[in-house]
Amino acid sequence: MIIKGKVWKFKDNIDTDVIIPARYLNTSDPKELALHCMEDYDSEFVKKMNQGDIIVAGRNFGCGSSREHAPIALKAAGISCVIAPSFGRIFFRNAINIGLSIFESEEAAEQCSQGDILEIDSTQGIIKNLTKDKIYKTNLLPEFIQKVISLGGLRKYVKEELKRREKNV
Amino acid sequence: MGKTIVEKILSAHTDTDNFRIGDIIKARVDFTFANDITAPIALRYFKESGAKQVFDKKRVGLIPDHFAPNKDIKSAEQCKLLKEFAQEYEIEHYFEIGKMGIEHALLPEKGLVLPGEVIVGADSHTDTSGALGAFAIGVGSTDFAAVIALGEIWLKVPPTIKFIYSGKLNKWVSGKDLILYTIYKIGVDGANYKVMEFSGEVIKGLSMDNRFTICNMAIEAGAKTGIIEPDEITLKYLKGRAKRPYQIYKSDIDAHYEKIIEIDVSKIEPQVAFPHLPENAKPISKAKGIKIDQSIIGSCTNGRIEDLRIAAEILKGKQVHPEVRLIIIPATQDVYLQALREGLIDIFISSGAAVSTPTCGPCLGGYMGILAKGERAISTTNRNFVGRMGHPESEVYLASPALAAASAILGRIAGPEEVK
Repeated sequence: MIIKGKVWKFKDNIDTDVIIPARYLNTSDPKELALHCMEDYDSEFVKKMNQGDIIVAGRNFGCGSSREHAPIALKAAGISCVIAPSFGRIFFRNAINIGLSIFESEEAAEQCSQGDILEIDSTQGIIKNLTKDKIYKTNLLPEFIQKVISLGGLRKYVKEELKRREKNV
Repeated sequence: MGKTIVEKILSAHTDTDNFRIGDIIKARVDFTFANDITAPIALRYFKESGAKQVFDKKRVGLIPDHFAPNKDIKSAEQCKLLKEFAQEYEIEHYFEIGKMGIEHALLPEKGLVLPGEVIVGADSHTDTSGALGAFAIGVGSTDFAAVIALGEIWLKVPPTIKFIYSGKLNKWVSGKDLILYTIYKIGVDGANYKVMEFSGEVIKGLSMDNRFTICNMAIEAGAKTGIIEPDEITLKYLKGRAKRPYQIYKSDIDAHYEKIIEIDVSKIEPQVAFPHLPENAKPISKAKGIKIDQSIIGSCTNGRIEDLRIAAEILKGKQVHPEVRLIIIPATQDVYLQALREGLIDIFISSGAAVSTPTCGPCLGGYMGILAKGERAISTTNRNFVGRMGHPESEVYLASPALAAASAILGRIAGPEEVK
């Protein structure tokens, strides 16, 4: 998969309360959640960003709560992927499970600037910075996780597994 | 080479032989649960998956605790989904208001999470049950939906960091202070993707309530979970509670750890974590004098009976500062009832505190104690992120029940010895 978009830079330790404040957790409607994405960090963020834009953040992106509403809000707002040196572990699982692309890359996080245009080849694990004419590497995901993603997320995996078990009974 | 307690628990729950750290395995799950925030999405996904029933009706918990008792119509709709699902799929452990407590305090109390088990909760503070020697991890909604359908979860086998606490605890230093100090030492991603195994003579001397507090906040250092080896204190706690037979595992002496960190507790004062990260802990001697508008005593971190006893000890015969709101929230109905029987509730209300039915409420800025712009709270909860308890320009200082009670009396961040 090729992802292309403009960079929005964020600092270290962006927590899930910032990505989607708990006061909006009385709904799970993606469209409604998207309206409040990153609101307490920059109240204009959702208005300023464009569909397909990329978040490049510092360490430990998505730390904090287990709310799946965080990756859902980012995806529904139109963020195509998040690049960071490391992620909060529950956010990492949630993003994979709902099909929001995430990439671990220390180099990219250090060297990309606000507004840079990136092109990412997810199968090769390569991030091209078209603005700066640089190439960064990203960690490839383990085989099982790639399988889950290729099926279209964990929900499809569960359906397949239930069918398999039914046949084996 | 020997194994850690976590490696032994995972070995007993997977068909994969000789796995290594970093391998992906599928593990059987002994108990799984979700709340009114995380369950609604999961229950929808479960129904769409084609599953006809949950993997085991006795091993699934649904607990409306975050915005319950329902704070508004939208929350009421979410809680209703849990109740209807529980009826339709005959879920045994659905906890209606009146029996509901904060999940991570309630489930150990009811004997539904046990040593040696794999526990998967759709809430980040699921690590709390690691205090019983279980491998307890927090996940999101889609993972919970998969677990109730399949009874298993995919996991990356984590490395473990061992923490050894030694020395004599100073007066008023509790489990909360130890974990805040530990997070200060290693940072909010100091244990990212890893297990924190808490050990040493100090941990062995701590009560279960203090142990729960420590494991509860392992996630605040990014950890996959926290864990403490079961001992006599654990077994005594479980007696008369445990709903299933269980297995005790302990780490081998020659087990491999990624790192071993030794902490001398005799140098630790009561801690206060400043806004806006749990790693910003300072000793109380460097935190005194900050004016507060609110004090919260409660949550899955510090809403248990010993927490309330300490608060009552300090509040007895005293008055809450006229400019401070002190809100005390017992974590479960059993804790509430016990506090009532011991006369603690009388002490709280006589001192001018408000006492609430169990709820996560203010901890995550839900309700029952939201902060206005510019307001400051001291709180026994677990996170002090921007906007966590209300307005994005409000502030939360994390501390123990002793400090929260003393600060409520004095109207500023203070230690108990300052209360005359």
